[in-house]
Amino acid sequence: MRLEPKPAPSIAVALLYPAGAVVVTLALTALLVLAAGASPLSVFGLVARGAAGSQFAILETLTRATPLIFTGLAVAVAFRARLWNIGAEAQLYAGAVITVVLGTGALPWPSWLLLPAIAISAMIAGALLLLFPAVLKTRLGVDEVVTTLLLNFVVLLFVSMLLEGLLKDPMGLGWPQSRKVIEAAQLPRIITGKRLHYGFALAIASAVIVWVIMKKTALGYEMRAVGHNPEASRFAGIPVNRVLMKTAILSGGLAALAGFSEVAGLKGNLTLDLSPGFGYSGIVVAMLAMLNPLGVVAAAIFVAGIFVGADAMSRTAGVPSYIADVMVALSLLTMVVAILLMRFRVRWR
Amino acid sequence: MTEALDILLTASFWVAAIRIASPLIFATMGELICERAGVLNLGIEGIMTVGAFAGWFTVYSGGDLWAGVAVAATAGAMFGLLHAILTVPLGLSQHVVGIGITLLATSLTAFTYRLLLPEVTSPPKIEPFQPLPIPGLSQIPVVGEALFSQTPLTYLAFLTVALVAWVLYRTPLGLAVRAAGENPSAVEAQGISVSGIRIGAVMVGSALMAVGGAFLTMSAFNSFFFEMINGRGWICIALVVFGSWRPGKALLGAILFAAFDAYQVRLQQITGALVPYQVFLMLPYLLSILALILVARRATYPRALMIPYQKGER
Repeated sequence: MRLEPKPAPSIAVALLYPAGAVVVTLALTALLVLAAGASPLSVFGLVARGAAGSQFAILETLTRATPLIFTGLAVAVAFRARLWNIGAEAQLYAGAVITVVLGTGALPWPSWLLLPAIAISAMIAGALLLLFPAVLKTRLGVDEVVTTLLLNFVVLLFVSMLLEGLLKDPMGLGWPQSRKVIEAAQLPRIITGKRLHYGFALAIASAVIVWVIMKKTALGYEMRAVGHNPEASRFAGIPVNRVLMKTAILSGGLAALAGFSEVAGLKGNLTLDLSPGFGYSGIVVAMLAMLNPLGVVAAAIFVAGIFVGADAMSRTAGVPSYIADVMVALSLLTMVVAILLMRFRVRWR
Repeated sequence: MTEALDILLTASFWVAAIRIASPLIFATMGELICERAGVLNLGIEGIMTVGAFAGWFTVYSGGDLWAGVAVAATAGAMFGLLHAILTVPLGLSQHVVGIGITLLATSLTAFTYRLLLPEVTSPPKIEPFQPLPIPGLSQIPVVGEALFSQTPLTYLAFLTVALVAWVLYRTPLGLAVRAAGENPSAVEAQGISVSGIRIGAVMVGSALMAVGGAFLTMSAFNSFFFEMINGRGWICIALVVFGSWRPGKALLGAILFAAFDAYQVRLQQITGALVPYQVFLMLPYLLSILALILVARRATYPRALMIPYQKGER
């Protein structure tokens, strides 16, 4: 079997490949639904209705998509430069911790000053957390996949320690949770009385900014060059290590914004279940978007829709809601195959 | 202080260390085989989860303990096959596919568990492997007790290391596996299929990872719960690097690591509430990162690791 490169297809044809990946994912998921003794069509119908069938459903999906846009962008930026950041989960929590530390009354500032200060501090924390493995990679050649993965566990335990110690809410009835952030440190809701908050707007703005950085700036060009071929980039005079540092700062910062936005916009406080794996789902989001920052928004809404829809479905149809996680994982694998088939022709001999 | 040192002299400490090392030994050998053939297998965390569940469920539904081990190994090999198809002939990114396999294996396990046991609230227990003291040898103080009063699966773990070392260094098959990870075109020149070797290595390696997971449910905790692997797979990847891709050194690394883990649990009891327990729980992960840093300068990765091979290239 051989793979032969083929010319890039037109945009219309290029979109057929991700669509094919979705169809294959649905077909494989249908088998699991059948195994659970339910009808795939009605289950998919319930998932779709739960994700987008009402104003409530749509707002809920967009709310769930918000952290996924941030982590998806974080992964897309890093993977583009082939910095394998699997630690968005930890960087998210770093951002959340900073939000709680600065947002529970430590800084008696008005909202217009406090929110940006917290957001920037959170980004710095996330950036530092990824700089450590990035420096280990460039200086010593330590594989960043393993270090970022291991740091996820370290940071989660650190958060658990804070929630039972320094950051513990004295009024929390013994639960490991932080105090609520003060009103000035809360991101307002977009529609009064609904859960969708301005974190979503910040996420969209971030996607546009990242898109501009990647497409229109020298840094974006250098990141793509480093990801494409580090040796050739070094030969062409690109400071590869410095580009990787900048990538780490951008990526870690974006992931930390997910934590900031979840605490300041949605939850109000920090608990150990702030993120049900948003960092890992971000990898899927980035790959579904083919690492395109604007595509990340669409992919995040799609993935969020699956999770929100499956939650609603499992309440009525009795199929375990873990089906959503299976679908998301399957779509990652089918998507990478689809991208391969788009770029290469498979020749059997 | 002497109290902290006395721990090291007790037999029960070393028995625990060897027990904690056992699943890591299986999974580390599995990862080592994959990487020696040129494939980084980041599916390890998910494949261990599948193995833990498959082994446990086989016994829970009335199967024999060894049947459980076999089912776990088979399930692991199947996920290995999927990983291998995507990364070997298709040459997809081993990072992305590996993470994808871990996500898929973990979520499929969770889905299947909920499907098969919708009502349970506390994880049901099984009758696990019992310790099988080797007559005579287990009477030797400390060392004998630690090594020879374990369950059969632990003995199997040590046998696996010997077998992997023998195959890798003493057989033509092992030579082909090592060459597939160092210089694949030389393998092809011998008329041996690089793809075949790599696919086989990933399947066998994944089977071992799954048995490592099964050890946890069948020889340690006696029941299955979500997130029970808890990063052990990632630690094993660090152990492979720490062991310079050599079975013996990796075994030593796994035992050292497990001894440290057993030690911190006992130290926790001595220090009481002085130090938050999370600090102790963090140590294994920090230790793995430290191990990677320490060996980084002299780490010699298999030269073709993560480089897809296409027949006739170069």
